[in-house]
Amino acid sequence: MEISLDLLLSAIMAGILLGGFYAAVTVGVSISFGMLDIVNIAHPAFIILGSYAAYILNASFGLDPILAAFLMLPVFYALGAAIYQIYHLVFERRGDEALRGLAFFFGLLFITEVALVLVFGVDYRFVNAAYVGITLHYGPIDLPLRMLVPFAISILLMIGLQLFLSCSFIGRAIQAVSQDRLALQLMAANPTKIKRIAFAISIATAALAGAFLIIIQPVEPSIGRDYIGRVFAICVLGGLGSFPGLVAAALLLGVVESVTSTFYGPSWAPAVAFGFLLLTLALRPAGLMGR
Amino acid sequence: MGRMRNSTFWAAAFAVGAVFFGLSLLVPNDYYFFAGYVVLQYIVLATAWNILGGYTGYVNFGSAAFFALGAYSTVVMYKLLPLPVPLLVVIGGVISGAVGLGMGYLTLRLRGAFFSIATLALAVVVQTLITNWDFVGGSRGAYIIRPAHAPLLGNYIQYLFLVMLVLAVIAVGIARSIERSRLGFGFSSIRDDEQAAEAAGVPTLRLKLVATTLSGALMGMAGAPLPYYVTYLDPASGFNLAYAVNSIAMPLIGGMTSWIGPIIGAVFLGTIQQLATVTISSALNLLIVGALLVLFVVIAPNGIVGLVESRLRARRR
Amino acid sequence: MWSKAHSTMRTSLLASLIAIATSLFAVAASAAEPIKIGFGMALTGGLAGNGKAALIAMQIWADEVNAKGGLLGRPVQLVYYDDQTNPATVPGIYTKLLDVDKVDLVMSGYGTNLQAPAMPIVMAHGMTFIGLFGLAVNDQFHYDRFFQMQPNGPNAKLSLAQGFFEAAMTAKPTPKTVAIVGADAEFPKVATEGARELAKKLGLKIVYDRSYPPATVDFAPVVRAIQAAGPDLVFLASYPPDSAGMIRAVNEVGLKATVFGGGLIGLQFASLKQQLGPLLNGIVYYDLYVPAPTLNFPGIAAFLAKYQPKAVAAGADALGFYLPPFAYAGMQILGGAVEATKSLDQKKIAEYIHHTTFKTVVGEIKFGPDGEWVEPRILFVQYRGITGHDLEQFKKVGTQVVVYPAQYKSGDLEAPFSEIKH
Repeated sequence: MEISLDLLLSAIMAGILLGGFYAAVTVGVSISFGMLDIVNIAHPAFIILGSYAAYILNASFGLDPILAAFLMLPVFYALGAAIYQIYHLVFERRGDEALRGLAFFFGLLFITEVALVLVFGVDYRFVNAAYVGITLHYGPIDLPLRMLVPFAISILLMIGLQLFLSCSFIGRAIQAVSQDRLALQLMAANPTKIKRIAFAISIATAALAGAFLIIIQPVEPSIGRDYIGRVFAICVLGGLGSFPGLVAAALLLGVVESVTSTFYGPSWAPAVAFGFLLLTLALRPAGLMGR
Repeated sequence: MGRMRNSTFWAAAFAVGAVFFGLSLLVPNDYYFFAGYVVLQYIVLATAWNILGGYTGYVNFGSAAFFALGAYSTVVMYKLLPLPVPLLVVIGGVISGAVGLGMGYLTLRLRGAFFSIATLALAVVVQTLITNWDFVGGSRGAYIIRPAHAPLLGNYIQYLFLVMLVLAVIAVGIARSIERSRLGFGFSSIRDDEQAAEAAGVPTLRLKLVATTLSGALMGMAGAPLPYYVTYLDPASGFNLAYAVNSIAMPLIGGMTSWIGPIIGAVFLGTIQQLATVTISSALNLLIVGALLVLFVVIAPNGIVGLVESRLRARRR
Repeated sequence: MWSKAHSTMRTSLLASLIAIATSLFAVAASAAEPIKIGFGMALTGGLAGNGKAALIAMQIWADEVNAKGGLLGRPVQLVYYDDQTNPATVPGIYTKLLDVDKVDLVMSGYGTNLQAPAMPIVMAHGMTFIGLFGLAVNDQFHYDRFFQMQPNGPNAKLSLAQGFFEAAMTAKPTPKTVAIVGADAEFPKVATEGARELAKKLGLKIVYDRSYPPATVDFAPVVRAIQAAGPDLVFLASYPPDSAGMIRAVNEVGLKATVFGGGLIGLQFASLKQQLGPLLNGIVYYDLYVPAPTLNFPGIAAFLAKYQPKAVAAGADALGFYLPPFAYAGMQILGGAVEATKSLDQKKIAEYIHHTTFKTVVGEIKFGPDGEWVEPRILFVQYRGITGHDLEQFKKVGTQVVVYPAQYKSGDLEAPFSEIKH
């Protein structure tokens, strides 16, 4: 296949847009796993939950899915806080967190998936948003709004979260609790409360990511499983707890998938993407920008 | 049982296995053997996982890859040169063991969750490679025709059941031997505090390689007879998420510190799943796995073995 | 003394009454003892959308038969288990059905992957086995009691692509190049193989030939690569999520092809038709049933009228144009064979099915020696004039024009694709 510049440019652009979406999907795990050491493997299930929430509001009231997601943010926040409370009571206080917490979330993943199947059935669901059919064309580059809008909002989300982390008291407390819990306690902040807020924020991002997902492709309950690998791969690749690293890793993965798909054949895209991850882990275990 | 010598244990285990098989032959219908095969297969998988996970403390998310490699090595041999199933089991073990060794090298410097994610990545890479390999059918799948008569028994599914039973006894025997050997002490020192173990002179890197190789080999052996059981194999079913989840859930529910835990977990969870498939039979199957996982992890952190042990301890006081 | 004789008489009268009553009960019980039809079906997992729809169709058949007095005077009972779209469950399920539940008849699950593992078991029990939408399952076994409910005909690979190419070659100017693309999964692989063979036969140059993993999110890179190769024809074989993804990408990139379509699963379902709406205009895809006047088989309208409300209630496909009529027809055939041979003897049933032409809701069906339909009936349909996202327009004549085969044709192909308004 001839490698024309046009084709390369559009492949890279498509990869960047895709990467923006991947970043939104991963940021929740970056908070829960990267900063709080909670292996929330059920995060994709919450994203699907977010997709269905957007679907209901869109189908019943005609609301734009992203707007619907913003409306659902408080609900997901509360859900995250509740889950953290249970997790903390059962696991963190006993001390042996890692594997048991993992199993807990695995269980949650299946329970959530089954609940969705029982309520909504297994048919694919989709949303109708005004901008989904429109594509902007700039020379060789096509920017479908279906990908561009989630990308833009995702970047805004990243910037917002980063500002929150660096500039607000709670944000800095979250960073602190991930680095040194004891020091935080000495500074009279309650680490449990901070962690709860952080985890709740991570689940809230799932609402937005879910809206993005259902804009981009039709959704049914079991597709969450396809995202487990991607989400943790990007999180680790970027270096735990680093948002700029996360964005870089997500964009990189998106571009790698897109370019491989265009030039070598889409079948190889997952192997290349995850092979890249394996190599990074072997050579630089802390990830691209890890601490 | 804790004080039994190894040789006595092996003899007892084979004896128990033989008695169990003899009793099984009295069951008049084949369904028992189909369901039983799956439970035995999970005993092997859970025990294999536990060697790396419970004893050494490294959580493997990619069990499906090793399992499927064993199954696909059988498919390759089926297309090249039909061999008897026990030989295929050995081949499957060798191939998966080699991949386990490779994975061990790749992940030498990784700890904790990083290791787990690397195993997940490996599973995706292996699955993609197999999906694109047309010789074994790729995504079209491969048909395996069972021979008309099974060696020894005539009834093919009883034969597969026997093979898996022998494999389960061997796997459990290996696990127990490790537990009480220097290898086992090395593993548990890695699990408890790897840095301290290294400082104390334990050859942690070498031990980790042994663990990944052994664990991978046993998983491959569990997967090798699968094509003959199911007669049609495609990547989606060979790499099914159920294998990865169950191989973690069963030792967790049963208890990860002893060789008996994976057996209890596999029999308990495996039997429930088999029964649910032919009774409730709906989305609730998955709910059962999820609910049991959450339940056990909350109320019985050390699994069923842990529950029993704490009861015994309480009674002694 | 008299009282003793009286009491003896009374006792023997009572005894005989009891004996008569018991035997009456026995007769009544065996008359009421149901005929059990066992099968596995995908009610969860990736194929559950179709599996649930098929189950509803089969239940409609069972209810109708029972309302008319049952089969051979006995009520019909469906015994089914969820195979979870996991082939590893199938051997166990069919063994339980046959050895433990002792079902009288069996049907298959949906899809090749879920039928193939059942074959050795149904063969060992000598059961007649009607498969639902499996591709070339019997090629390995050559079982003489196997029948396939899919209108592929004896050469499945080719019939999936034939209509597309025959219709496409009528476009002017005559196409010279083709791009072939499909998902890494069983059906698309077979369909693209057929496309490749046909392309070579027709002397078309294949300028792009790749497959993609089913979990792909963004199809724009794939479509751009295809575009860069500049094909006249684009043949796609896909499952529902990627059908939707590819169609969206095709519209976003602005594919300039003469004809676009192929074996797109999903376009037969209500949810995708509604979602994509006008984006579908111009696509030439394979279908099995559309409401065109040439396809008004006896009973199909009544069946769909019963099926559609149940499907909406159960959360399955609301239109029911794809698998349900065939699942229903399969039951019609099985039940018809049982009634005609007045027995549950599997050999007699199989022989009867081989020698008979059945009139079903999907038309007349005759089976060949390996169980495939003697005549394929894969339709190729082009979407026209779809506006908005309303479902009702798909239930009417006009939006789905049959362009192949000749005997069901209801219109000519419109080309080029790139100029049709989406």
